[in-house]
Amino acid sequence: MNIKKLDFSRLIFTVLCSILSIVFIVPLIWMVSASAKLERDVMIYPIQWIPRDWNWVNNFHKVWLDNVPFTLFYWNSIKLAVIATLCTLVFSSMAAFSLAKLRAPGKGIMFGMMMSFMIIPEQATLVPRFIMIKWLGLYNTHEGIILMLMFSMYFTFLMRQFMMGVHNEFIESAKIDGAGYFRIYAQIMVPLCRPILATAGIIKFIWTWNDYQNPLIFLFSKELYPLPLGIQFFRQEYSNNVSLMMMAAVSAIIPLIIVFVILQKQVINGITVGGVKG
Amino acid sequence: MAMERTADGQKKKWWNPRSKEAVIGWLFLAPEALGIILLAIFPLFFSLFLSFTNWNLVGGFAEMKWIGFDNFTRLLDDSKFLKALQNNLFFTAVTVPLGLIIAMVLAVIVHTKVYAKDLFKILFFIPYICSTVAVAAVWSALFHPSNGPINRFLMQMGLENVPKWLVDSHYAIIAIMVIAIWQALGYQMIIFLAGLTQISEDLYEAAEIDGANGFKKFWHITMPMLASTTLFLTITTIISSFKVFDLIKFLTDGGPNDASTVIVYRIYEEGFVNFNMGYASAQSWILFLLVILVTSITWVFQAREKTV
Repeated sequence: MNIKKLDFSRLIFTVLCSILSIVFIVPLIWMVSASAKLERDVMIYPIQWIPRDWNWVNNFHKVWLDNVPFTLFYWNSIKLAVIATLCTLVFSSMAAFSLAKLRAPGKGIMFGMMMSFMIIPEQATLVPRFIMIKWLGLYNTHEGIILMLMFSMYFTFLMRQFMMGVHNEFIESAKIDGAGYFRIYAQIMVPLCRPILATAGIIKFIWTWNDYQNPLIFLFSKELYPLPLGIQFFRQEYSNNVSLMMMAAVSAIIPLIIVFVILQKQVINGITVGGVKG
Repeated sequence: MAMERTADGQKKKWWNPRSKEAVIGWLFLAPEALGIILLAIFPLFFSLFLSFTNWNLVGGFAEMKWIGFDNFTRLLDDSKFLKALQNNLFFTAVTVPLGLIIAMVLAVIVHTKVYAKDLFKILFFIPYICSTVAVAAVWSALFHPSNGPINRFLMQMGLENVPKWLVDSHYAIIAIMVIAIWQALGYQMIIFLAGLTQISEDLYEAAEIDGANGFKKFWHITMPMLASTTLFLTITTIISSFKVFDLIKFLTDGGPNDASTVIVYRIYEEGFVNFNMGYASAQSWILFLLVILVTSITWVFQAREKTV
């Protein structure tokens, strides 16, 4: 009797929570539905969740294969996100290895400095970074953006915490076998750190993919735009065409949602590792 | 120990296993350390220097003029900047507590009271991973003043003077706050959930034996046990609320009539539209100091709470 009662309240909460979560993602459902509509049907009220006339193919064609180089924006986003993520993983894991496992005088100071400067808001250093990038001749290049995105105190910290948990015996026995530090890093540390590397990689990829501010400031030519700037450009071209805007938004969002749903454990773990321990 | 003795025997040799480890340790650390020094720490102080100068980038280094605190005194009379500051404080004062309360309640419900917990985690988390710009494009259609579904709905509910949201100087910042809370909620909920899983079930069972009801358990067990999670989230949420920019740049450009401008938007406009590098740097430092101030206040405040 008691158990049944408990289950009943659980059921009610589940139903309430379902309704709430659907309301919560209604903007995204609306986006998908609008992206498949004829323009004249988009703003009809009450909302037709299922389009009366499907215009999906046309909208898709217009966004992806027409005047606006959307494919190029997509490619730029992939390029920036992949390179920035790989660089971050390499530099952060190398630094983390040194911070966690190697005896180097002064590394404690370096670590302390990283920790205390993690609080610097990115925007507080935007002006000098812009001047430096101009001076280096990297303004309006992908290299400049990648340079801005490839160092991360946050991921170095996460990886250091993880590596602190790796037993020293692994390293000591490799040393006895005559392995150099580089081999210890590449053949022992990196494989052991696969979980944190995967998590960090996914999160960094998502952040770079969504980054708007850096490209906005460091890029000028539209051929170099990644997706967020592409969407902004797209809005200037098709300002009043909501269905096309929604198709563009769908194109930017849906692949990421699919990746997230597949890898949700890693993403959520990665977010919480930093959260609870930070 | 054994290693030291061999090192003793060859005292003159500087290249021993110890120094080798130190050199290699620094080689591993060097790229990241250099990157951070050059791209975060040096720029911070460079911008402090710039904030005491009057410098328009167009003129080149020769045009740079040392003007002492003039940029900062100018800020005190700059109505756009004061409006930005006011908006930032309003934004923070509303979105942080509101977002955190909703997220905490949701997390408790999802943690203890529903089936298919993981599914809800995913659903609520989705907006957080979406591109802010893409999401902003969706909301700008939803908030459309005459045809948008939100206002259509409000009118159907009988409201006559519906706000014009993003193009309305009173409501633009509110519309942006709605979107910001919506987007951050999943993240906050996930962090709360992680905190909740660390609370031992025993505490609740003991409380139940003592006859505590649901609210009492929440107030006397859940809340105090979540204190460190709440502190972490409060600080990170306040900081990110100070940095709000993407939504504002994309949706309103600070308008209408600077009604929704914020500090980062001012930095952007002064620095990268007008190229007043000195003035923009002064504003950057105000932002930096605000972040530090708020972080330390929250820290002290919460630390005191804990000891009481």
